[in-house]
Amino acid sequence: MTTAERVVERFEAGGHGAYVESYDPRDEHMTINMGPVHPATHGVLRLLLELDGETVIRCEPKIGYLHTGIEKECEDQNWRGAVTAVTRMDYLAQLFNEQVYCMAVESLLGIEVPPRGKYIRTLMVELNRIQSHLVWFGTQALDLGAMSGVFYGFRERELILDFFEMVTGLRMNNGYFLPGGAWEDLPDGYERPLSKILEIMPGRIDEYEALISENPIFLERTIGVGAISKEDCLRLGATGPIARAAGLDWDIRRDMPYEAYPEVTFDVPTAEAGDVYARYQVRMVEMRESVKIVQQLFEAMPPGDHKNMDPKLMPPSRAELNRSMEAVIHHFKLMTQGYSVPAGEVYAAVESPRGELGCYLVSDGGTSPYRCHVRDPSFVNLQSLPVMVQDGMVADLIASIASLDPVLGGVDR
Amino acid sequence: MIPEITLTAWQILLVKIGVILAIVPTMTLVAGYAEHKVMAHLQHRLGPMYPGGFHGWAVLLADGLKFLYKEDIIPERADRRVFSLATFAIFVPAVMVYLVIPVDRSLIVEDLDVGIFYLLAISSVSTIGILMAGWSSANKYALIGALRAGAQLIAYELPIVLSAAVVVMLSGSLSLVDIVEAQNWPFLIWPPGIGLIAFLVFTMASVAELTRPPFDMPVAESEIITGAFTEYSGMRFIFSFFFPEVANLVAFAAIGATLFLGGYQPIVPLGVLEVIPGFVWFTLKTAFMVFLFLWIRPTFPRLREDQLQKFAWKVLIPVTLALILVAGAWVLYAPEALR
Repeated sequence: MTTAERVVERFEAGGHGAYVESYDPRDEHMTINMGPVHPATHGVLRLLLELDGETVIRCEPKIGYLHTGIEKECEDQNWRGAVTAVTRMDYLAQLFNEQVYCMAVESLLGIEVPPRGKYIRTLMVELNRIQSHLVWFGTQALDLGAMSGVFYGFRERELILDFFEMVTGLRMNNGYFLPGGAWEDLPDGYERPLSKILEIMPGRIDEYEALISENPIFLERTIGVGAISKEDCLRLGATGPIARAAGLDWDIRRDMPYEAYPEVTFDVPTAEAGDVYARYQVRMVEMRESVKIVQQLFEAMPPGDHKNMDPKLMPPSRAELNRSMEAVIHHFKLMTQGYSVPAGEVYAAVESPRGELGCYLVSDGGTSPYRCHVRDPSFVNLQSLPVMVQDGMVADLIASIASLDPVLGGVDR
Repeated sequence: MIPEITLTAWQILLVKIGVILAIVPTMTLVAGYAEHKVMAHLQHRLGPMYPGGFHGWAVLLADGLKFLYKEDIIPERADRRVFSLATFAIFVPAVMVYLVIPVDRSLIVEDLDVGIFYLLAISSVSTIGILMAGWSSANKYALIGALRAGAQLIAYELPIVLSAAVVVMLSGSLSLVDIVEAQNWPFLIWPPGIGLIAFLVFTMASVAELTRPPFDMPVAESEIITGAFTEYSGMRFIFSFFFPEVANLVAFAAIGATLFLGGYQPIVPLGVLEVIPGFVWFTLKTAFMVFLFLWIRPTFPRLREDQLQKFAWKVLIPVTLALILVAGAWVLYAPEALR
């Protein structure tokens, strides 16, 4: 029986209740609650640990401490307004949430996004991927005790967030996309900050690598730590950098292309070892590849509309409101009731920084989602944690959590 | 004309206590501020800039004041007496280390015959306090931290003692003043190699002893919060964790400067350099050592507990044991060979 099978069986046996029944005070194991308030559990993840000295005998992630009810909240919003809610789920990959939700609504509506809209969205999410990976880099280094890493990572993240602020008005929770495109076109003069980011980013990634990649202590702490096999990744539904680091060559951007990805070329990095170091390498290369993608999109940015201009979906511009009665009616309808979406259900998926981010959307033909379920990669990946840390030490557990890069806002939704 | 002052033994003792109690907090504040600023500049940031006006010099005073206002919490299930006593068991040795450090030829509180022995013994006492704190907190993280600290002490006290033994062999005395006097050339430079290796071992083991990164597992905040001090708050936290950490940092820097860098002696025996007073030399060398310790912290990731033990028992201790043999050979044969 593999470790993964044992972990799955244990979950099916009833989780915490089964755990309490199996507790035997004579084996001198220590039960310890790591979290929900702990410096290295990336928010409010709670781990129920059974330790033999410092060796992890058993690890059960307990979630729900950041439950926000966003999925339910979507049902009270109109189709366009729900974007503002979904962006707050995985707050480090905010634009991915918006993108996957918008893609789901678009395929229910059966509408197309104009090329410029696709390019803008792809460009923004790729910047978001770099931003998210920079946070991962900082926290991974910090959790391993290399406290300087976090300052380096956040230094460049700041540039990207400034760019987000310039384009969308907000640093996080942008609410920038909407079904049919993006709210606004890229602002005048967006080229300068963007080309500055593209110019310095490769050098800065070199700098991170110089800082950490070959540090003997870092290697010692990460190689062979928190390893998970390709089969276990498949069994447990792990996706994204975790699966790719274990040798599963699967990237939705390349294998099920969407938005502007068919028009750009990029490599999908994979590794074989499946340990913390392999995940580190995969994410570092992913950042470089994202820079390349943004570069290509930036150079080939097509002219035209940034959103689908169907007057039944998009509120008319201010100028139009002043001269067209029809526009006023559309505006009134859209702002009070919203548009309705044909009944049906759909699943859309994108490759978020953490793996497959899916959105399952059901419409009953009304003006708000009947059900909006998000398959968040943080949530699914978290169940591979017990496999990774089995029989490791507490310090390895910390390294493994950091390399999973879970965002608890996404886990609990 | 200076009037002749005669003091009784008690008065002298009081003066000495006063001096120590004035110097130790000052040194701690200066080193703590240096830690803020050095680390900040190594990490592309400015660090504290506002408290006090000039480059945030008063940040630690503000910090201390903040801690003073905080509620002093003792957990309900904690062993109250041991919990409170642990602070003193950690704090007092940190101050007592300073008693035997020779700042200048005659500027020393107590020139003990067994100065180095006293130094190494007293600096390990605080681990008892850490164990007390960890055990009495009724907190599992505190317990893990305390046990890690205990294991680390045993592993790293040996290299320190052994590298100090090398110095003792080379100088032929246990008194710190005599050790400094024996260093016309600092042991770091002469005898070639032996002193340098002993110095490196001493520095690494000191970092482990001080529980600073990369050997800060007993207080690793990303693993076990603050280890044994997880439950401490307010002034208790300052006096059991922050203050002794920095005070010990300066103390070990001073010990390193005394044992390997020639203490209050000029760094090379040149007549010109004799003009500079001894305490200036001592301060410079200590500051260099403090900087070395501060530099290490933002540079390295943290080791794991078992890797640390392996490093101590498989690398540092064999190296120092071999070094003792070499130093013995040097003391026996080198003086004749070089004559």
